Amino acid sequence: MSDQRTSAIVEKYGTDESATLSALQDLQEEHGYLPREALLDVSKRMEVPLSRVLSLATFFNAFSLKPKGKHHVNVCMGTACHVRGSQLILEKLERELGIKSGDTTPDRNFSLDAVRCVGCCGLAPVIMVGDTFHGKLSQAKVPGVLKKYGK
Amino acid sequence: MEEKEKAYRLHLMVCAGTGCVSNHAFEIKGALEKEIKKQSLENEVLVVTTGCNGFCERGPLLVVQPGNIFYQQLTEKDIPHLVEEHFLKGRPVQKLMYTPPKEKTPIPVLSDIDFFKGQVLIALRNRGLIDPEKIEEYIARDGYTAMAKALNEMTPEGIIEEIKKSGLRGRGGAGFPTGVKWEYVRNAPSTNGGVKYLVCNGDEGDPGAFMDRSILEADPHSVIEGMVIGAKAIGASEGFVYVRNEYPLALSRLNLALKQAREYGLLGKDILGSGFNFDIKVHRGAGAFVCGEETALLHSLEGRLGEPRPRPPYPAEKGLRDQPTCINNVETWANVPVIISRGANWYSSIGTKTSKGTKVFSLVGKINNTGLVEVPMGISLKEIIYNIGGGIPEGKEFKAVQTGGPSGGCIPKEKIDLPIDFESLTEAGSMMGSGGMVVMDEDTCMVDVARYFLSFTQDESCGKCTPCREGTKAMLSILTRITEGKGTEGDLVLLRDLAESIKDSALCGLGNTAPNPVLTTMQYFMEEYETHIKDKKCPARVCRQLNTYIVDENTCVKDGRGCDLCKRNCATDAILGEKGKAHRVVQEKCIKCGVCYDVCNFNAVKIE
Repeated sequence: MSDQRTSAIVEKYGTDESATLSALQDLQEEHGYLPREALLDVSKRMEVPLSRVLSLATFFNAFSLKPKGKHHVNVCMGTACHVRGSQLILEKLERELGIKSGDTTPDRNFSLDAVRCVGCCGLAPVIMVGDTFHGKLSQAKVPGVLKKYGK
Repeated sequence: MEEKEKAYRLHLMVCAGTGCVSNHAFEIKGALEKEIKKQSLENEVLVVTTGCNGFCERGPLLVVQPGNIFYQQLTEKDIPHLVEEHFLKGRPVQKLMYTPPKEKTPIPVLSDIDFFKGQVLIALRNRGLIDPEKIEEYIARDGYTAMAKALNEMTPEGIIEEIKKSGLRGRGGAGFPTGVKWEYVRNAPSTNGGVKYLVCNGDEGDPGAFMDRSILEADPHSVIEGMVIGAKAIGASEGFVYVRNEYPLALSRLNLALKQAREYGLLGKDILGSGFNFDIKVHRGAGAFVCGEETALLHSLEGRLGEPRPRPPYPAEKGLRDQPTCINNVETWANVPVIISRGANWYSSIGTKTSKGTKVFSLVGKINNTGLVEVPMGISLKEIIYNIGGGIPEGKEFKAVQTGGPSGGCIPKEKIDLPIDFESLTEAGSMMGSGGMVVMDEDTCMVDVARYFLSFTQDESCGKCTPCREGTKAMLSILTRITEGKGTEGDLVLLRDLAESIKDSALCGLGNTAPNPVLTTMQYFMEEYETHIKDKKCPARVCRQLNTYIVDENTCVKDGRGCDLCKRNCATDAILGEKGKAHRVVQEKCIKCGVCYDVCNFNAVKIE
């Protein structure tokens, strides 16, 4: 069973094996994660062994096998953020949201991830909620940021 | 087009680099446009968005031309006043200008500010001056003239000779001579009817580094132009730019630039009527640090797992789809057009004996002027940190600077006069790397920094070769043990042995260089390791397992009147006390998050 959105993407690439990665990137963007059905679909219709599809899907950080929350919180763990205390920010977020990095809250409102440098070191320590940056954070400022997103 | 022909009295250059955009630059732009209209100035004042200006610390930024007046840290509510005072009445607004730390008088003109003064712009030549989304502005700044010269007046051999003579070395980190690489690729036989490829490596993965991001965002045509010149030199008709997935703005600006270049006949078939064909495809990375390594990058371009393979054969002989492939980094490509138009002699007059030209660094960490800087090779660390960077915030003491990302090392304050070039950085145990420069002060723990980089490389290790996969894991667990106060003296010997053997035996650059942060911190900061192991203390008080948080009850009551702020912020109810009375920490409940220490306004919380 494959939904229409998945079909449209997979069809675009035909059976060009070297396009598997691109197809997965498009699917990740479309669904926000890689649903199991989509992976099966890629394997079947692009004629690529499922093992290879899965190895790509688990090798690259851009892919997630789990659905993400409505608000995706990414904590920058780049060097500049690290020396300005990003680990403490991450732990504070974990406590506030009651989940570990990599997980989603039961109400699916938030998911939390630690990411590599997002490249705006002038704002360190910085987190992204969706596409919005929140910079120069401290542990004490974290609850205020989350509040804006319905926490 | 009509708009272009109009003459404006003032141009407002709003920085739209990622740092400023994150600081709401587009809201500032909107507010400016709205206010300009309100004052009926829309025929006199034009708002332009530019690429990264470099002075990210002070964003959002605005530069007013003519006059080069620099405004910083703007907020939307500053805009009505600014528009009325400066753009209507002609009175620049002092309070929105930059005032250096510890000084009182603002500096109005951009070029008078220390941050900009010491810089020499080649790769970033158009920064803040053009709208990266308009090819006409790049062309107006002599863009694509070097390409025209290369295509119409120069032979491939002539181009290669010029690049060789310029002394340009790869800006991705290793510093291989660019012209020599091009010559290899030109002379390497293709097994597929002469097909050769050209690749721009924009998989900038080092944490704390954003040079390539800024170039792609601020001046994508400079990279495209460099690539066309390189393509003629090596004889390629197809090129790729591999851009990191985390850089959406760079991706969209690059794609737009490619489209515009094709429309102008500057890319594609028969470029400028020269008979030369070349086109560029963009490939989006999928978030794997190891893909910055060239063989892993090529695998990923082919749609395969981004795992490296042993070299030789080098990509110059056997690269993409097994054909000769020339890979250079974004900044290298951006340098090429300038060398062709101004000549190798001019270029090689800048820099040191072995390292020519300039280098872009992202200056970050414990430094006043965070941002992107381009400096001539040979400049000292001291000049970068104290003159351009404005020194260390809050009067703290400089401890070290980390260059080269996870592959580099930490250079201590004793070596602050070190001139920046490929050789001297390598000699000091670090490396040039792609250009991340992270400044550390007395509050940075060097053991923690080593652990941080190891956790990065361990996590990003692709797992293909044993030394890197298992070795980095073992090193990380030792370092973690030390930072938790469980280290033994034997650990240091073991750590060094592991580091040396990983260095010698890992498959690719990621593994070979992963031990560098540990080796350099052990070389220069051994006493910090020993204090962690012998005294179970972290001198910088970063390793929290070694910290004990206590409230000085006297200060708490006397100065803070038992303000209760620490208790309210404590995550685990580990602080007892009532408002107006002394507070204290229950150690059994404390998770050592340090929030009490951060929030206390009276320095009543102490770390022991």
